[in-house]
Amino acid sequence: MFYREAGQFKTSYKADQALMPILQDRIGLSVILVVAFVIIPAFANDFFLTSIMIPFLVFSLAAIGLNILTGYCGQLSLGTGAFMGVGAYAAYKLTTIFPDANVILMVLLSGVFSAAIGAIFGLPSLRIKGLYLAVTTLAAQFFLEWCFIRIGWLYNYNASGAIEVPHREVFGIVASGAEATPIVRYFIVLCITAGIAFLMANVLRGRIGRSWMMIRDMDIAAELMGIRPLQTKLMAFAVSSYICGVAGAMMVFFWLNAAEPSSYSISLSFQVLFMVILGGLGSLSGAFMGAAFIWILPVFLKFIPGTLGIQIAAETVEHVTFMIVGALIIFFLIVEPHGFARLWQIAKQKLRVWPFPY
Amino acid sequence: MKTIMQLALGTAVALGVGLSGAMTTVAQAEDSNYVPLLTYRTGPFAASGIHIANGMHDYLKMLNERDGGIGGVKLELEECETGYNAQKGVECYEATKGKGALVYNPYSTGITLQLIPKAGVDKIPVLSMGYGLSAAADGSVFPWVFNVPDTYWDGASVVIKYIGEQEGGLENLKGKKIGYIFLDAGYGREPIPLLEQLAEKYGFELLQYPVGVKEMQNQSSQWLNVRRDRPDYMVMWGWGAMNPTAIKEAVKIRFPMNKFIGVWWSAGDDDAAAGGDGAKGYKAMNFSGVGSDFPALDDIKKHVVDAGLSSTDAETIGGTLYNRGVLNSVIIAEGIRTAQELTGKKVITGEDMRMGLEALNLDEARLEELGLKGFAHPMKVTCEDHAGSHPVFIQEWDGKAWRQASGWIEPMTDLVRPMLEKAAAEYAEKNAPWPARTEPCPN
Repeated sequence: MFYREAGQFKTSYKADQALMPILQDRIGLSVILVVAFVIIPAFANDFFLTSIMIPFLVFSLAAIGLNILTGYCGQLSLGTGAFMGVGAYAAYKLTTIFPDANVILMVLLSGVFSAAIGAIFGLPSLRIKGLYLAVTTLAAQFFLEWCFIRIGWLYNYNASGAIEVPHREVFGIVASGAEATPIVRYFIVLCITAGIAFLMANVLRGRIGRSWMMIRDMDIAAELMGIRPLQTKLMAFAVSSYICGVAGAMMVFFWLNAAEPSSYSISLSFQVLFMVILGGLGSLSGAFMGAAFIWILPVFLKFIPGTLGIQIAAETVEHVTFMIVGALIIFFLIVEPHGFARLWQIAKQKLRVWPFPY
Repeated sequence: MKTIMQLALGTAVALGVGLSGAMTTVAQAEDSNYVPLLTYRTGPFAASGIHIANGMHDYLKMLNERDGGIGGVKLELEECETGYNAQKGVECYEATKGKGALVYNPYSTGITLQLIPKAGVDKIPVLSMGYGLSAAADGSVFPWVFNVPDTYWDGASVVIKYIGEQEGGLENLKGKKIGYIFLDAGYGREPIPLLEQLAEKYGFELLQYPVGVKEMQNQSSQWLNVRRDRPDYMVMWGWGAMNPTAIKEAVKIRFPMNKFIGVWWSAGDDDAAAGGDGAKGYKAMNFSGVGSDFPALDDIKKHVVDAGLSSTDAETIGGTLYNRGVLNSVIIAEGIRTAQELTGKKVITGEDMRMGLEALNLDEARLEELGLKGFAHPMKVTCEDHAGSHPVFIQEWDGKAWRQASGWIEPMTDLVRPMLEKAAAEYAEKNAPWPARTEPCPN
């Protein structure tokens, strides 16, 4: 009923190959975009923008990055946090070396460094896979973190050992640093995330994306059909690291304002991995849903007791939130091991035949 | 299908409730001063954080119960759990700043670093008492940040001075080996430039033993190196679980405990007690009172702990970290009081609070009036000097409790101050355009 495709005829190849062939999907996406670009900026307060929306979008992008590698190309990685760190440190170095350059451009450029390093650590993927590969990427995580602490040049020899985001303007508007308003930072993050997500949606259904999925599903068959595994896998590593790097740079430039090496520790890698697994491996919308669940839900849960007028100590709220989120993760993975994206797919299927299921 | 619908409905309700809570800014009460406390009672540093949080909370709560607040206006306290995590710290900051927050004390170098650039923009001062960015002591560059009574560089200079005293003069340090075991983060690395400078000046050798945050509870390899290198003294810059582990390891390799000196953040009761009998003689720097023999602490016991308004056990009152938390709140309370006097307003803002902190003068008479005679060295903040480089004493663990083991030792201000100013100028240059100070000086 809601998803009735009857009557939606495709009369050209163009229509058949459209990103969203179904009218309802197009309407749904338009509504989401209107909410993101118009409703939220118009009504949300600073807290909602800075502590909920900006981190959510940053994590969504990071989850998309990891999803390309793990979900679409089947290469398990535990180095996401470090690759995000490479982006952050690269963007920091770039903007201090070229103080007059556009900071958004620098953030986008920083991903290139991350991509290069990601590709280097992706080299072993030709020989090893699965858990073995995960351990290699774990080495990347530890090695890069070690670099962030030990190589003074990376953080300009700051006494504090942290990178601090300087004041930068883009077209006369303050884009980074403490003076940047939440709304400006939100728009930058939103545009970058939406842009990359759109780009990836197209890449994934094209030749490159399909070759990744062939490698994931059966690499020997893919090789027999003419896919070159080395190039394909390395490209997945590079693209994935590029996106993670941009997310990491956005994390420090438009969200936190300063970052210590410990901000990019293994726990960040796990956080993003949980988002991907919970959202759904191999799904772009899943990356958004996973990020929302892991980041937004705990923040909301924390506010519920206060809103209901119950006085609970801050640390108890923290413990309870931890337990609830943990229990929900287990629950959702039992109900649907393939993540939220699969749940949504099932719901869509049900809506398609509602109210006359067969 | 049914379960999915129920699930969706439940989530929607939960989100709706949460959203309405997050979106509506809580109206600030007209007749109270709002003080958010960024504390951590969870996470890897909770063992230290809990005592600090209790001390901070209990003193301010006591003022509410005993005096009805400050200047006749109640304090509205709210704890926000950061878990020593920078992401959550920023979230706490964003969640509370709109409610009229007067001052932030993040109790984490990482969170402090994130808040420093925001302080001037949001017009809310940051009080990092004895931690955070050392360069922030230069008030002409950082009008919104206060690290009274001391910076890490002050502390590092006191340690070397004290070791010099033990050796019969700083000139006798020549050829000695001093080991420095530290948390491998911004916090532990900060004193290194000063220590290196002192090593060059006095001719001792500085041996460094970094401990990563993940290896806090597994320091065997570092202490193996200590055993091999045989330093004459060990200096520790640790926090949380790192402290008791280090003391236990030191006991294990039979390092002479009276030659093992911690910074003021390695001075907790639980830290030293972990070493058992072997820890007897372990020393640490401190700038807040030892023991519970102070009238103000008796008031806390009477009005807060006995009334069941605290999560503190009566026995932990008087512990080093608890007292440190109390001192932190004393500075906040005195800042508010000074601001009230300066502005004539009862309910003050963050901008007033900054003025109050900058005019803070906690002299001997005032400390006695507060019931805290001898609890801290008298402190005075000026517009140029936000730390003050106040004297520090050395305390010693006697197996059961801390006792004061030295008089007040002055930091080497002549050496530290130029370094602070240079670091502040560097910070401003690296973060250009760093806003010039526009705030008028209150005194």
